[in-house]
Amino acid sequence: MTSELPPEFIVKIDYNMCRRCKRCVMNCSFGCMHFTDRVVPEHKLCVACQRCVTFCPEHAITITKNELAYKENANWSPETRQNILKQAETGGILLTGMGNPRDYPILWDHLLVDACQVTNPSIDPLREPMELRTFLGRKPDRLEFVESEDGEIDLATEIEPQVRLDVPIVFGAMSYGAVSLSVHRSLAMAAARSGTLMNTGEGGLHRELYPYSGNIIVQVASGRFGVHSEYLNTSAMVEIKIGQGAKPGIGGHLPGEKVDEDISKTRMIPVGSDAISPAPHHDIYSIEDLSQLIYAIKEATDYEKPVSVKISAVHNVAAIASGIVRAGADVVTIDGFRGGTGAAPMVIRDNVGIPIELALAAVDQRLRDEGIRNNASIICAGGIRNSGDMAKAIALGADAVVIGTAALVALGCRICQKCYTGNCAWGIATQRPELVRRLDPQVGAERLTNLLTAWSLELKEILGSLGVNSIESLRGSRERLRGIGLDSQTLELLGVKPAGVGQ
Amino acid sequence: MKMVMRIDCKGLYYRKQNKIIRNAAEEGETEFILDNVNGQRYIGSGIEKKIKITVNGVPGNDLAMFMNGPTIIVNANAQDGVANTMNAGEVIVHGSAGDVIGYGMRGGKLYVKGDVGYRAGIHAKEYKKQVPIIIAGGVAGDFCGEYMAGGILVLLGLNRGEGVPIAGNYLGTGMHGGVIYIRGEVDEYTLGKEVSVLQLDSKDMKVLTKHLKEYCEHFELDLDEIMSEPFVKLQPVSSRPYGSLYAY
Amino acid sequence: MRCNCYIPSGCSVSGIMSESGRRQDGNAIIKSITLMHDRANGLGGGFAAYGIYPRYSDLYAFHIMFDNIAAKERCEEYLKDMFDIVRDEEMPTRPGGAYEGVTAGRYEEEGVQPITDPPILWRYFMDVPEAKTRFVSDREYVVGQVMEINSEVEGAFVASSGKNMGAFKGVGYPEDIGVFYKLDEYKAYIWTAHGRFPTNTPGWWGGAHPFCLLDWSIVHNGEISSYGINKRYLEPFGYRMELRTDTEVVAYLFDLLVRRHKLPIELAAKVLASPFWEDIDRMPDRERRIATALRQVYGGALLNGPFSIILGHSRGMVGFNDRIKLRPMTCARKDDMLYMSSEESAIREIAPDLDEVWSPRAGTPVIGELDEGVA
Ligand code: SF4
Ligand code: SF4
Repeated sequence: MTSELPPEFIVKIDYNMCRRCKRCVMNCSFGCMHFTDRVVPEHKLCVACQRCVTFCPEHAITITKNELAYKENANWSPETRQNILKQAETGGILLTGMGNPRDYPILWDHLLVDACQVTNPSIDPLREPMELRTFLGRKPDRLEFVESEDGEIDLATEIEPQVRLDVPIVFGAMSYGAVSLSVHRSLAMAAARSGTLMNTGEGGLHRELYPYSGNIIVQVASGRFGVHSEYLNTSAMVEIKIGQGAKPGIGGHLPGEKVDEDISKTRMIPVGSDAISPAPHHDIYSIEDLSQLIYAIKEATDYEKPVSVKISAVHNVAAIASGIVRAGADVVTIDGFRGGTGAAPMVIRDNVGIPIELALAAVDQRLRDEGIRNNASIICAGGIRNSGDMAKAIALGADAVVIGTAALVALGCRICQKCYTGNCAWGIATQRPELVRRLDPQVGAERLTNLLTAWSLELKEILGSLGVNSIESLRGSRERLRGIGLDSQTLELLGVKPAGVGQ
Repeated sequence: MKMVMRIDCKGLYYRKQNKIIRNAAEEGETEFILDNVNGQRYIGSGIEKKIKITVNGVPGNDLAMFMNGPTIIVNANAQDGVANTMNAGEVIVHGSAGDVIGYGMRGGKLYVKGDVGYRAGIHAKEYKKQVPIIIAGGVAGDFCGEYMAGGILVLLGLNRGEGVPIAGNYLGTGMHGGVIYIRGEVDEYTLGKEVSVLQLDSKDMKVLTKHLKEYCEHFELDLDEIMSEPFVKLQPVSSRPYGSLYAY
Repeated sequence: MRCNCYIPSGCSVSGIMSESGRRQDGNAIIKSITLMHDRANGLGGGFAAYGIYPRYSDLYAFHIMFDNIAAKERCEEYLKDMFDIVRDEEMPTRPGGAYEGVTAGRYEEEGVQPITDPPILWRYFMDVPEAKTRFVSDREYVVGQVMEINSEVEGAFVASSGKNMGAFKGVGYPEDIGVFYKLDEYKAYIWTAHGRFPTNTPGWWGGAHPFCLLDWSIVHNGEISSYGINKRYLEPFGYRMELRTDTEVVAYLFDLLVRRHKLPIELAAKVLASPFWEDIDRMPDRERRIATALRQVYGGALLNGPFSIILGHSRGMVGFNDRIKLRPMTCARKDDMLYMSSEESAIREIAPDLDEVWSPRAGTPVIGELDEGVA
């Protein structure tokens, strides 16, 4: 069947400006640019990844939407019609990458932060101490002390393992396979420099990154790729992945063509074979099974590392999270429906799950109501775009936030959503060596470190304006948030008063 | 013989007391002795005349605030906010002083015999020929010299107990002008990130000796003995410490 | 009438204690707090006193405020069910009374400001029936009843609920409140006082300091910027924040940390005004382990924002400041007496010659304890 799909984008080249250097041809990883006697774009292949635009020395390229491809219609958007055409031509599930792009309300943008005036002073974050240090892990409800032989007071309570973060931001789980080794290297180096953690995702940990063990969360997912006891112990924390915000209830699939020598070694599967992550863990069909896996991991790591359980934000998230804490998890990671992915069925990504703001508020409150909030840390993932979102998430009750998409954008990602093709022009979601080389891990690490530095400075500004000098005084302090343009039920769920109402 | 006006301040509300002083100063009175002072605020505040006030008792907060010329001698401890935004004159405290002394001080002298509290000399600044000078004989609390933009602050650390540091943490944090002289050593970790420790040169020694000589005369201390221990100097690394704080 | 709006406030605090347990009347504490008249604005003042009811020292002394007779009747119905009331009586007061002494603290021309419009003030000396405490301790039981009355019995408010102690507070300048309550007729070994500078007009007596629960009393200068999380931290433990004043959380936090979690007071103070990580990192091993654990486990209890607080309890008095000392506090000693105040002059006013005067470092508690075997 010949395709009737009109091109989504039009690549315009200003031939007066073009000096025929062919950089665009070399840079386009989607095969859209050809050179005959001049550069000729094949519009249909353009994904608007902006690589050529960025690297054209003459700024001769502009990419525009193919506006008139579909006649205007408020009901039948171009995207809807394009998708129907694609499915009519192929009979397949629509695949996509990155997070939910739809226009659902973003509640972060309906929350506002308080500040001090007169009755309590704001604090100057540049000159006075401002503390962001955060510990992830299970805490007891109370401490007990004994008088030791020398008459001094000593701690009697054994505290379970805690992971220290110098900034309350950890990098999201992105597997080696879905992203390139350059990305993993950049993340690991930046995590080490900033005093935080990167997350292996479900594809194992490349040997080269073993020295970064103190800054790594190793994930155990349903596929169990690359999971062995040395892997589990080469970490600061172990995470059981139940779900992912972008595709709750869905497994994963790394096509065999991406499984090269290195990935094969890391995942411990033969070169060229498909890496399939089943939708559920087949040893977890219920909460007591989860507990069994948690303790299996604790045994294997000699109770030296906190165990996190990551779930996607679904309707019943609060009750699930409570069960997870009671099952023995030390950290609960909740991933909202705007979280990213390397590949997901579009219908799932765009329609399943709930916003992280509501999920987080519900989980934090539920754990408090049950008196078990101290027993686990909450990590909030899926849709954190800037330090403002982070501050609001912490005020709603998160111990730390995750950045995945934001970290990739810092590395060059243009959110073209073509990660599943393996052709990422920015060397991120690809294993093609010539593309992977485009991302220099040294540069990547520097960009990520800068991003974390900038966000921590901004978070300190917010703390200072709130008149507090330590992150624990923001954490869960919903009194310092107000809602704007939210209905009363949403406000109630968020545990936040409407703007204009005092304390 | 010069006339001295003596006021018994027992039970006297600060507004009354200060009004008596202001009116008398207007009429040419130049010297005052205030007895039984206890907690009266704003003594000497805003006065422009070169009068002398001796305070017997503990003065209240904001002693010598906005003061522009007088000399005040306190024969007791002083509370918070001494020499707040002071422009000119002298305050001599024969005891210790509280928190936030010399806030935004732009000129004049503040000599304290004993210790000073938190945030001493915060945002002191120089303007043209006006250089504020704060000397404390004892130790200082945290945030000493915070945001200091000008002036001279001296800590002597005399008579301090075993293990008591001469200054608290965040010493000179946010400092972007002026100089702090410290008699003895400071631990690197107590310093704000904007300052560095330097050795004194001959110019420093001259300045320091000049002021300490005067200080010693007030409190009958031995200058040679004070100068017998080495000093260090703290100065801001840059007058624009936050140049790289912002993106583009 | 209860005010349901949040009221930030400025304020003065003062506390005196005889470590040997000598009891003295309320004149000195009134004199001390009066000197700081200008730190208050006449919208709230109060005192806590320990050792005032030696004859009933085994009974819980409830000081209760009622909006009207109906509220009193409702509340008494409830009390009868829950306690054995050994004695109850109207609080002795001097209606229209006001402080008349001369002090540098206030402007004579301002004249006296008699206390007007008091609520019905009644006190009850009560025992906890044995049958009620089969599953909880009697202290826990009393806490529950105080929470219940304050949130469920409309028009009634328990101002204090400890043994051999009481709170005396209301709307007005503290010195006038002190005269109104006839504090010159009580004798206590610990007195604390508070002059309040709220930023709007609540006109509600219960909102004044001290804030009390069991024998804890708190007077507090400053505002707690971490109120939001402190409140959410306390709620799962059964505390109900009814007053919307941040001071309330301080009393509950002490109750939780010291009574229920049995932390030594020094460590409880380290929870509420914890050392900075920078300082913790430099501590010797054991100290560092303790400080780290306290911050990890009790982060929700950290008090942030400017404050100086005097905590009273039956065996002592504790003063401490916020972590960067944004509110003032001076302490002093003379013989067996320990003094704490927002200003040194307020101490000198009642004890001109002191053995020792110092201002405590930020976050470092000053702890006064009754001598062993006293009271
Ligand atoms: S990169 Fe720009 S200048 Fe070079 S060939 Fe392409 S369009 Fe022309
Ligand atoms: S990672 Fe690459 S392919 Fe995926 S959205 Fe970003 S730029 Fe596009």
